[in-house]
Amino acid sequence: MDSTRTPLLETVNLRKLFKLNGGAHLHAVDGINLKVYSGETVGVVGESGCGKSTLGRTILRLLEPTSGQILFKGADITKLNSSKMRELRKEMQIIFQDPHSSIDPRKSVVEVIAEYMFIHKTYPTKAAIYNRAAELMDLVGLARRYANSYPHELDGGRRQRIGIARALSLNPQFIVCDEPVSALDVSIQAQILNLLMDLADELGLTYMFVTHDLSVVKHISNKIMVMYLGKCVEMASSDELFLNPLHPYTKALLSAIPEPDISKRDEEFVLIKGEISSPINVKPGCRFAARCDFVSEICTGNDVELKEVSTGHFVACTLCR
Amino acid sequence: MNSDAILDIKNLRVIYQTDLETVEAINGIDLKINKGKTLGLVGETGAGKTTTALSIMRLLPERTGKIVSGEIHFAGQELLKMPLMEMRKVRGDQIAMVFQDPMTSLNPVMTVGEQIAEAINLHNADLSKAETEKRVENALLMVGILPSRKNEYPHQFSGGMKQRVVIAMAIVCEPGLLIADEPTTALDVTIQAQVLMMIRELRDRLGTSMLMITHDLGIVAKICDEVAVMYAGEIIEAGTVFDIFTSKRRHPYTQGLFDSIPSLSSRASRLQPIQGLMPDPSNLPKGCYFAPRCKHCMEICTKEHPKKVTEGTHTLLCHLYSDSATVQKPGGED
Repeated sequence: MDSTRTPLLETVNLRKLFKLNGGAHLHAVDGINLKVYSGETVGVVGESGCGKSTLGRTILRLLEPTSGQILFKGADITKLNSSKMRELRKEMQIIFQDPHSSIDPRKSVVEVIAEYMFIHKTYPTKAAIYNRAAELMDLVGLARRYANSYPHELDGGRRQRIGIARALSLNPQFIVCDEPVSALDVSIQAQILNLLMDLADELGLTYMFVTHDLSVVKHISNKIMVMYLGKCVEMASSDELFLNPLHPYTKALLSAIPEPDISKRDEEFVLIKGEISSPINVKPGCRFAARCDFVSEICTGNDVELKEVSTGHFVACTLCR
Repeated sequence: MNSDAILDIKNLRVIYQTDLETVEAINGIDLKINKGKTLGLVGETGAGKTTTALSIMRLLPERTGKIVSGEIHFAGQELLKMPLMEMRKVRGDQIAMVFQDPMTSLNPVMTVGEQIAEAINLHNADLSKAETEKRVENALLMVGILPSRKNEYPHQFSGGMKQRVVIAMAIVCEPGLLIADEPTTALDVTIQAQVLMMIRELRDRLGTSMLMITHDLGIVAKICDEVAVMYAGEIIEAGTVFDIFTSKRRHPYTQGLFDSIPSLSSRASRLQPIQGLMPDPSNLPKGCYFAPRCKHCMEICTKEHPKKVTEGTHTLLCHLYSDSATVQKPGGED
């Protein structure tokens, strides 16, 4: 990657621990260093409980980080007060997974889309705001006749379009997409993915795309980070990661996807044993060690650092030295 | 041919009737599962997949769900004519069902061992307590759970483990037919891979026939022998997995499903989704139900409902492939 450019967003050793009863800590995000350059789409993949959504929310400071820095255009935003942060949120937005629960059921479509513009007083008059809301509806492919409908009258795909229009309403540069297509049927999912990609081209958006679906992430991302129990285990460009996965977890993850290809019918999955272990009070060492087939004594005891094995390809595994 | 079929559904029609509207959920489907084979029933939300399963189990919602016509033959019996008491003996014993969400299909205040024992005792009243326990432990072993965990409650298990418990309950009476309604949709990919492999192995070991309901063509390619694609309450294409995955002659909807999935092996800049939405089942279009979304829609498609076209094991419900229409094959124009 271009190391001379300032990334649009950068996290430095970002951690988010949740305090539990009895003084224990749940390590949701544990030392993530991520650089997102302008115009890029960075995919964050992992299974439930790996901390990918927490990462997305912490970056927007919807959750307060425990330690570490979040640099937006080179400036640390972790210390900003709430009014400054509110200003900044115009530039960083989020699209949520569930279009059913992330939209106020008592507001009509146009009111949902216009809400942020009223909060930020983007336009002087009410008419101008509603006008812009209607334009946004065109932009995301929602027919204007739905303007006065309520969210429950629409299907999941259209509701997700409302969420996208709302996120775009303040002209952000950076959008966290938190599993935006997971709740949708495949044919609708494809429509929304195309829409997101078109919008990125047209408006020059930068996405951080959080998902558990590897085929979706491959399709949409330039760069992919694989997370496991709050840590990044592997990061590479999308093509490189799928051609040459190095971490045993990434390999297992890639092999576990049933592909709609009959010639691969008899290929066996590389199964990983057991299930994700507890993220509470984790001991130092590789988080994947307990499930890994290649585990040795050097995997436990000390944290395994992320190493650059080839240009832009980072792996945290003792096998790759 | 007919003697091989464990399940044979003929011209099934199901509606959901409320005071306000009549929803035509299933519109005359024929479905056959041969002994020991697995049929994948594919389609999107609202296509009628689950309604088909519930009709077989006769578990449609009592007030609204109505079977208008059709026959369901299972192992020589006509299920729709069976008295309710008889049907109860079939459910769970000869036909078992695994539901999508393991969190809601288990009783939270009973231990998993008790819940599996319940299924055994309902169908084997004279079994001794010790024997029941032994069968519970065997069932847990088969799905890869330590028998010592039988006294634990569902909340002590993870999602994947809960689904294994549900599968243990379903197979404990060694049913002839297992209906699995999106059994791995709620699970993570690595756990899904574990559960799928386990289902495949159990099926092969016990010789169970299976109806696998899914929206994931990847799962179909891995697990199923035969496939039926549903759209708006109809089976628009059916055949062996090889018919569906390798044939050039595909229903435009099936083709659309394939084109909507981002590929892992090749890189395309844009997906080719199916435009529009599934039609409102209370107000289905005249002619072909897929016509409003179809790239190859012809005049006849909006007027006349297509008839089945059969080529060997492959059946299609599309005017493109009927002889009367001018044939314009998918992919031909671009």
